[in-house]
Amino acid sequence: MAEFPKIVSADPKGVLTGRHFMDGDHALAEGALAAGCRFFAGYPITPSTETAERFAERCPEVGGLFIQMEDEIASITANVGAVWGGKKVMTVTSGPGFSLMMETFGLAAMMEVPMVIADVQRGGPSTGLPTLTAQQDMMQVRWGSHGDYRIIALVPDSPQECFDLAVEAFNLSEIYRVPVFIMTDETVGHMHEKVVIPPAEEIKVVERNWYTGPKEEYRPYKFDGKHGAPMVKAGDGYRFHSTGLTHDERGYPALTAEDNKKLLTHLIQKIDNNADKIIRVEESGLEDADIVVVSYGITSRIAIRAVQVAREQGLKVGFLRLITVWPFCENKIRELAGRVKAIVVPELNYGQIVLEVERAAAGKCKVISVNSCGGAVHDPEEILTAIMEGAK
Amino acid sequence: MWEIKFSGFGGQGIVRCALITGKAVALYDDKYATMTQSFGPEARGGACQSQLIISGSRVLYPYCTSAGVLVALSQEAYDTYEPGLADGGILIIEEELVKPKANSSRVKLYPIGATRIAEAVGNRLFANLVVLGFFSAITGAASADAMKKALPGLVPDRFLKANLQAFDKGFEHGLATASQTNGAAQ
Repeated sequence: MAEFPKIVSADPKGVLTGRHFMDGDHALAEGALAAGCRFFAGYPITPSTETAERFAERCPEVGGLFIQMEDEIASITANVGAVWGGKKVMTVTSGPGFSLMMETFGLAAMMEVPMVIADVQRGGPSTGLPTLTAQQDMMQVRWGSHGDYRIIALVPDSPQECFDLAVEAFNLSEIYRVPVFIMTDETVGHMHEKVVIPPAEEIKVVERNWYTGPKEEYRPYKFDGKHGAPMVKAGDGYRFHSTGLTHDERGYPALTAEDNKKLLTHLIQKIDNNADKIIRVEESGLEDADIVVVSYGITSRIAIRAVQVAREQGLKVGFLRLITVWPFCENKIRELAGRVKAIVVPELNYGQIVLEVERAAAGKCKVISVNSCGGAVHDPEEILTAIMEGAK
Repeated sequence: MWEIKFSGFGGQGIVRCALITGKAVALYDDKYATMTQSFGPEARGGACQSQLIISGSRVLYPYCTSAGVLVALSQEAYDTYEPGLADGGILIIEEELVKPKANSSRVKLYPIGATRIAEAVGNRLFANLVVLGFFSAITGAASADAMKKALPGLVPDRFLKANLQAFDKGFEHGLATASQTNGAAQ
């Protein structure tokens, strides 16, 4: 059996080693290129367009292919096809485009296609606030396509993390054969900060799990609830089939309740059973906290300010930043809820991830939502007020 | 910590000013810098602004809460953003394009004829670099050395020399202005 996951150093051709003053959108493109992404079909939409532009500009240097498609549906579908052609792929979009791509996200989950999608979130619903920030697609990414499935979603809080998490997103997608989402936002996307891109040999990249056995024994699927089957390239002489219909391990339609149970359980378990390995959080001051602020992305930077002020006033406030939002760190929240007075959840939406926090807290502590209609980041005072309320 | 706002109308190189300063500080002055900009329809032709936060530690809140420095290169930008400048803040204006309020004693006013100086260097398009040189000398928020190192890649190669000249002119003018102002204060 081949070594899995096979970890190699990044291809230096795609790595722009050095110190840069760069925005989050460009850093996403650089992270993708460093991770080995060489195909990008997309359709421009504010505030994500800069990622597509950067990728297109860099393609000739790295031997990649960029295609501007006729719309978002075509874009995401071309990416699915390119994965079966052997490429690592990414696309970026924002609210309206994200909605259009939803059906194919389900197809990608069903076909177990490793791919990375970034949603540079803007205010919605509909065309909403094209140029202004929000975090309103956090539940849509989890539940937006029909049927039961699992995905992974990461949320960067800075241009540096756009780079770092793009690499990680590709690695996770290859390990679990699953679409991985980077749920950034307009503020981080358009914000310039220092981005350090390490030398190629320091960037660890997970290679596609290529099948190496006899051709006649190849099966494109393996419902093991772990990582799934190794992959092949279309056109390399392997006989395989892949479909959105419920299928067996050969990939052929198998349309019974039992078949669906085998397949679906696998899609769900490969993420749920590995959640501890996938989930990353940043935390501080949780040991003796009375109140914990749970946040993610740009909002977590605003939250730290409020936490600092509250600590200066003598309150025991812990800070938990979700770097991985899906799968959700429910064990962590459950444990905290058992020993703190309150959990405060600021987010740039009308209360989405707070619902998960409430579910995991299960009434054991107060959960305070600091919601927003998007369009601008919080005033730290709003979060401070909620912390004070939690301390009562 | 510095909270700086560059403003003017679209096309004056406002965003470029913030980019150059941010890059200078983040890569060559070894401080933290976070730059944001007005974006979208409002940034095309109308009042355009870019914000830069400079700090010795990681920048958390990415926008100005009370700007300590305002660079205003158009009347509209001055009218819009001057009220957001902190008391005692530094206000740099292009003197031929901005007519400040009669009583501007709330802030420290530094006018410069950047467009005329740029024309002497060769092209009025270099006015934003004159302003940046002036800004660097007046505020010290970013060193001249770092600013010059930041220019390659952010201005066209063939105009690098002229942009450096424009920066130097602005910087000299700034040093002279600062010494006069300090002299007057003493």
